[in-house]
Parts: sequence; structure tokens; C-alpha cells
Amino acid sequence: MENVNKPLTKNIRPDRAFATLADYESTGGYQGLRKAINELQPKDVQQWVKDAGLRGRGGAGFSAGLKWSMVPMDKPQTRYMIANADEMEPGTFKDRMLMEQDPHQLIEGLIIASYAIQANTAYIFLRGEYHLARQRLEYALQEARFKGYLGEHILDSDFKLEIVLHTGAGRYICGEETALLNALEGKRATPRAKPPYPLVSGLWGKPTVVNNVETLCNVPHILHYGVDWYLGLGRGADKGTKLFGASGRVKYPGLWELPMGIPIREIFEKYAGGMRDGYKLRGFLPGGASTDFLLPEHLDVFMDYEAVSKAGSRLGTGTLIVLDDKTCPVKMVLNLEQFFAQESCGWCTPCRDGLPWTVTLLKDIVAGKGRLEDLDTLTGLTRMLGPGNTFCALAPGAVEPLQSALKYFRADFERYIVAKEPA
Amino acid sequence: MNEQTEKTGFTGLSPEEIREINAETGHYENKAAVAIEALRIVQKYRRWISDECLVAVAELLDISPAQLEAVATFYNLIYRRPVGKTVIHYCNSVTCWMLGSDQVQERLCRHLNVELGQMSADGEYTVLPIVCLGACDHAPVAMVGDQLKLDITKNAVNEIFGR
Repeated sequence: MENVNKPLTKNIRPDRAFATLADYESTGGYQGLRKAINELQPKDVQQWVKDAGLRGRGGAGFSAGLKWSMVPMDKPQTRYMIANADEMEPGTFKDRMLMEQDPHQLIEGLIIASYAIQANTAYIFLRGEYHLARQRLEYALQEARFKGYLGEHILDSDFKLEIVLHTGAGRYICGEETALLNALEGKRATPRAKPPYPLVSGLWGKPTVVNNVETLCNVPHILHYGVDWYLGLGRGADKGTKLFGASGRVKYPGLWELPMGIPIREIFEKYAGGMRDGYKLRGFLPGGASTDFLLPEHLDVFMDYEAVSKAGSRLGTGTLIVLDDKTCPVKMVLNLEQFFAQESCGWCTPCRDGLPWTVTLLKDIVAGKGRLEDLDTLTGLTRMLGPGNTFCALAPGAVEPLQSALKYFRADFERYIVAKEPA
Repeated sequence: MNEQTEKTGFTGLSPEEIREINAETGHYENKAAVAIEALRIVQKYRRWISDECLVAVAELLDISPAQLEAVATFYNLIYRRPVGKTVIHYCNSVTCWMLGSDQVQERLCRHLNVELGQMSADGEYTVLPIVCLGACDHAPVAMVGDQLKLDITKNAVNEIFGR
């Protein structure tokens, strides 16, 4: 039975390993592609996705249809479509599930997106550690080729497409779209200067669109069930459904497909079951490691781009990382900054030198060697590494949990410094 | 370099390696683009990338060894030092850290009697940290070879070594 209120996860069932082509087709799979190719022009497909209000699910939240519409289409030339499957944001575990459980959904979304920008080669840039996802995508790609959804004359049209599955070798920065392009070209994954934007000059200098896995997974359903249906799915300003998750010391850590705009409280209490016995909620990162902390008082904020942003954080990837009252927020931030310092590509100075500096200061603080001035230095660093001062978004993202921790958990920092004791 | 040659006994890339690398080049606009895939292919057979290996791959792809070295040292899953038959990557990112990744690491290293990055005496295992493996609802987790192991708090060592 199709569950059209949960389009992204309707094929995910506990009684089978993953949805094969037959499973996928039995719930309307590849109908969206049929409609796109048989009834719509590429520009129409772009317009549908724009009208549906689908925004990027990788964290930035840019309109997918708008992105596609900015690709130069006036003359025949090579264009590339890329699925960003390099999921590596700590605390985020949604794309892995989508690819492992329902690989055809991504493939169909990628074919439709390629049709919309008239790309004849598409890449899935998959994280090297995602072995099971690779096996299942390879299997599904074979099925799709055999059935004629890939290759020459797709569904008897003039449209042709090959999808190449590329596995990366592990580095957080590969999720940044211009760094991803360098990685795909076989280079060190440092970000590129923008402009020119990849939409105009991307992979090997050709117009290129990069979309997150979950974003692409929405596309087949918008085409199949229509824009109006999609607009009806969200609860607030944003449209559609999204995979929301929770990890940490909650009763039932997990992942759920829910309407955009659902209150955080509903995710936390109803789905994650609240805190485990003996633990209290201290705060949470709403959308992965690179988002600002929010507090229990923010539980009634709606999970959409604007509302979370107004509350002082970002929707990000929509997967909550929950801080309990027995975990030290200072040490948690130290763990986060160690991650970002390690994963900095080293290309620009503020990030390369600034992030290790935050780590040094935080280590000193938790070792009982901190000074109160260090907190001012850390605050200064969050500004110096903030938006506009670095080459890409890694460092601005890295300082989000730090700046909000300094604001909300200042007493925890000061306790280490005043008591002069290691934890 | 000489000392390493003795250790690795490298006599050139094998026909299978060359065939697999060449098969990848068709998917990209130029040969240099397969650099990462090529290193992974070679590593599949040799476990790690020695200097000689690196030079041989660079020659095959018509790029300079320095360019390939810049790639090889950049990525977490390309090993430039010898590793055991099975690499155990335990996740040390935020959720796993909260739920006990430090203890997982300590138990693993103690069991194998190794430091991080070191090969166990029998050449079977190397333990390395890795960033978030995307299974935070089952933290703490680790990847043993290419198998993801979930919820390994209680008895990490037994879980992983199947005892």
C-alpha cells in the first residue's frame, strides 16, 4: 500500500533488505520520470520543482528548481549532474538510509534532474565508507540500465544518460560542492573560488549542478503526484517532508520522515521518546555538528529553514544531536572543533590556523590551564572564522556550536577556569 | 626509499591493477581524474600505498608523483603506511564520543596491544579513528574492514572479534 504522505520512505519496510526495481515500480516508481520525459520539456520540469518549493536538504536550503534554472541551456554543450552522497556531517545519518533501502528513488531523481538540465552524464559522489550503499546502488543501476531507464533513447525519447558511481576516499570537505568537483577530477579536495559558480563552470569547466541525495529523492514524487500535492505536505513555510532524526541519550534514537515545519518538541518527545531515564535535556544541535546549540526553551520552534534560523541556529540536515545533563558541553564542543580542525582542507589561513587554535584553547580549559581571557579569544575567533572571512563554509559552520556554547554554557567554561581543575 | 623497497618488494603494478585502473578512465574526461580510484584499486591488493607504488600509479596516469602524493595524503581512506589485513575504523565524532567511543578505542587497542595506527603483531589489524559513519542512532559504531558494527558499547572487543 502506498503511503503518499511519506513519499521518501514509503518503500522502506522492515521485512525486506531493500526495494528492488519491481518493489519500487509497484508503488509508482519511475512514473515521475515517465511524466517528465513523455509530457514535459526540461524547462517545465525545472518550473515544477521550483513551484513545489523544494529546498536543498544538504544543509544550505537553496531552491533546487531555481538552481537548475540558472544552468545555461541556450546552446548544445556538455553539462553534468551530480548527486552529493558524501554524507559526513557528524550526527547525520539520513542519506545512508535512503541509498541503502531505496536506491532507485535516488536514481530516478537523478535521471529527472539530468533531463531537466539536459545532462548526459551524471555522477553519484558516494562516501567511500558507505560500502552497503555502494553495493545496492550498483545493483539498482544495473536493473535500471537493463530496463531502459538509463542509456540511449530513455523511454523511447531522444534523451540519453549514463550514471557513474564514484566512491570517494573520505574527507568532510568533499561535501562542499566545489571541493567535490576537484575530488571528482582526481585532485585534492580544496574548494574553488566563486564566481564562476559551478552552474556555469563546474566539472571540467562545464555547467554542473550538485544536489544532495535527499533533495533528489523528493523529485520523482513532485513529478508523479504533482506540485499541489507536494505543497500540501509541509506544515509551515517550507514544503514537503523531510527525514528528521535524533541521536544521543534519547530513549529511541532514530530517523523519521515527517512534514517540514513540525515542532522540534514533537520529534523529541513523540518520536525520540524524550530523554533516557536518569538524564535531562540540556540542549541540542538541530541539524548536525555545524549548527548552533538550541536550548530546551526552543523545543516549540518549528523545524523549517526560517523558524530555526530565527531561533539562532540552522535547520542544517535536520538530525538533532542531543546534549544531556551528564555530558560536559565544553568537552562536546572540544570534540566538535577537533573534528573541524582535522577536516579543514588547509587551503585558507583563517580555517587552517584558527580551528587548531580553538582546539588548543579548549584543551587547556578542560585541563584546568585556562584563563578567563581565553573565552574572549575564543569569542574573537568565532568572528574571525565567521562568514565572509574564509574561502568556504567549513569554518563558519565550525564556529556555530562554539559561539552558541559560549553564550549558553558560559558557566561551564568558567567553572573549569576558576576551579583550575581538570575534569 | 631503499629500506622501503626491501620491505615492500615492489616490482611494478600487476596486470589486474592496470586493467582495473584503465577500465575506470572511460568514465571521466581525462586520466588524471581516476587518481583516487586508482589508489583505491592498488590499495585493495596491497593494503597500503608505498612510495614506489605511488610513482608507478603516477606514471600510468601521466601525472607527476607530487600531484598524486598531494591526493594520496589528503584522504582518510588512503594509507601511506603499512596497515593490518583488516583496518578497524572506530567513529570518534560527536554522538559516538558522547556514548563511549573513547572506551571503544581503549578496549580495542588494549586487546590488540597496539597504539592507534600501529599494526598488531600478527599483522591482522590496525585501529584508526574515523569521522561520523552515519549511524548515530546506533552509537557507538565502528567499521571493521567494510562491515559496519553497531551499538558496540558493552563489549566492543567481543562484538568485533566475534568471541
